[in-house]
Amino acid sequence: MRLMVDLNRCQGYGQCVFLAPEVFSLHGEEALLYDAAPDEGQIERVRRAAAACPVQAILVEEGPRAGLDTEADRDRA
Amino acid sequence: MTGRDGRIVVVGASLAGLRAAETLRDEGFTGSLTVVGEERHEPYDRPPLSKQVLLGRVPPDHVALPARRPVDADWRLGVRATGLDLEKRLVRLSDGADLPFDRLLVATGVRARPWPDEAQAALDGVVGVRTLEDARGLLERLEAGPRRVLVIGAGFTGSEMASVCRERGLDVVVAERGGAPLIGALGGVLAEVAADIQRAHGVDLRCGVTVTALEGDGRGRLARARLSDGAALEVDVAVVALGAVRNTEWLAGSGLAAGPRGVACDAGCHAFDLNGVVTDDVFVAGDVARFPHPVYEYQLLALEHWGNAVAQAEVAAHNMVSPGVRKRPHLSLPAFWSSQFGVNIKSLGVPSFADEVAVVQGSVEERRFVAVYGYQGRVTAAVAFDQAMWLDFYGRLIEAAAPFPPGFDTVGRPGKPEVLPADVPDPAVLSHGPTVAVTGHLPDERRVTLLRPPG
Repeated sequence: MRLMVDLNRCQGYGQCVFLAPEVFSLHGEEALLYDAAPDEGQIERVRRAAAACPVQAILVEEGPRAGLDTEADRDRA
Repeated sequence: MTGRDGRIVVVGASLAGLRAAETLRDEGFTGSLTVVGEERHEPYDRPPLSKQVLLGRVPPDHVALPARRPVDADWRLGVRATGLDLEKRLVRLSDGADLPFDRLLVATGVRARPWPDEAQAALDGVVGVRTLEDARGLLERLEAGPRRVLVIGAGFTGSEMASVCRERGLDVVVAERGGAPLIGALGGVLAEVAADIQRAHGVDLRCGVTVTALEGDGRGRLARARLSDGAALEVDVAVVALGAVRNTEWLAGSGLAAGPRGVACDAGCHAFDLNGVVTDDVFVAGDVARFPHPVYEYQLLALEHWGNAVAQAEVAAHNMVSPGVRKRPHLSLPAFWSSQFGVNIKSLGVPSFADEVAVVQGSVEERRFVAVYGYQGRVTAAVAFDQAMWLDFYGRLIEAAAPFPPGFDTVGRPGKPEVLPADVPDPAVLSHGPTVAVTGHLPDERRVTLLRPPG
């Protein structure tokens, strides 16, 4: 799973923080920090967070790709 | 060849390159698609590097960008474009290959401006913060517990780095040539607020000075920095945050209007040639592009903004596969965010395109407010500190060329706001021109209309 939040769109409602607290957190009043490649065990919570976002700012790509798996890294190795 | 087949080459495999490739396939492009990227990684997201990654909350390799859809493309990663031959329609690559194209998208972005002295830049402890490798190296150094960190430059990246250092409990000195942090982007009034925030968080902020030399300990490690005011600082790490350089060198001699300020293009993302004539098959998007924005009197804007990379890539890709009547203008308002010292700073419009500024909502003392910027009596930008929810409202005022100062009373701030000089340093000479309003809601409908003929 990979995810991304469009922080231009984000207005700091914080719904994602309540629904997936291990993935999303607020830094101060409304600045959002998140893990873009969380543990697969978080998928259901992340789905709920993305669905609940009032401004629909969360993009989730489900599937085996997670961190930078960098095929070119392997080619070079 | 129709718009939907042929050969398209995208040079640049970061945010703009990825979103353009996805949009091309979304819009039905079925031809061959090649994406060239100098970094050997898959496309990744840079904003988290100077925030959650360097805070140590998220590992550095957790920044890959999610795909919006599968992209059937030949990804040439770890390879640099070295030249462009417009007559032969070839992109030359650093591995010796030539890539033929029918249409080309230039999305090579920017790189960090390096410390100007090469020997000093090579000292162990002198680091930048732009790429994944930069972030990995800097993370290691921050976790080793340096006695003092020097941040050179107090733009957004430098200020975010100062914030990271203080949150980690590290001593940090910020050296900025200008009068206050963020002054180039936000003007003097809000820059003073940013300076207060930095000092309140324990940053040793030194403005109006330059770093004149970085000195080693005789064994190749950074030991101290000398400032233009005569100060000598013992530092273990120096973070170079001097802004960006546009990646246009590979286009030298190509005949495109490419230079240190970017690649000039029209509002439909078609590149200009050296003569200022628009090209048919070469497009530009993202940080490397300079494009005319009707809301800002058609001046060419060059934006290092995440949102612009996405929006402009989508317009460029659409126009690459669309006939003339279906082409779209890139009219999105510039927008960016930064989080530092626990404050969420968001901006819409171009705050430096202003002669006046007024805080219209909230309280500067509480560091929760919205400031609106005006130029010759119309609203041109808005900046929010921890008031993100209100920005869209001001975005509509900017697009409608609404009068400045705003004539309405606002929640929590009854009465007329105090209008202050914008105090934008080194102001561009702003020309008089037509004032336009952006209309339409759907991407296909968005156009500008003339509000008031000039003169």
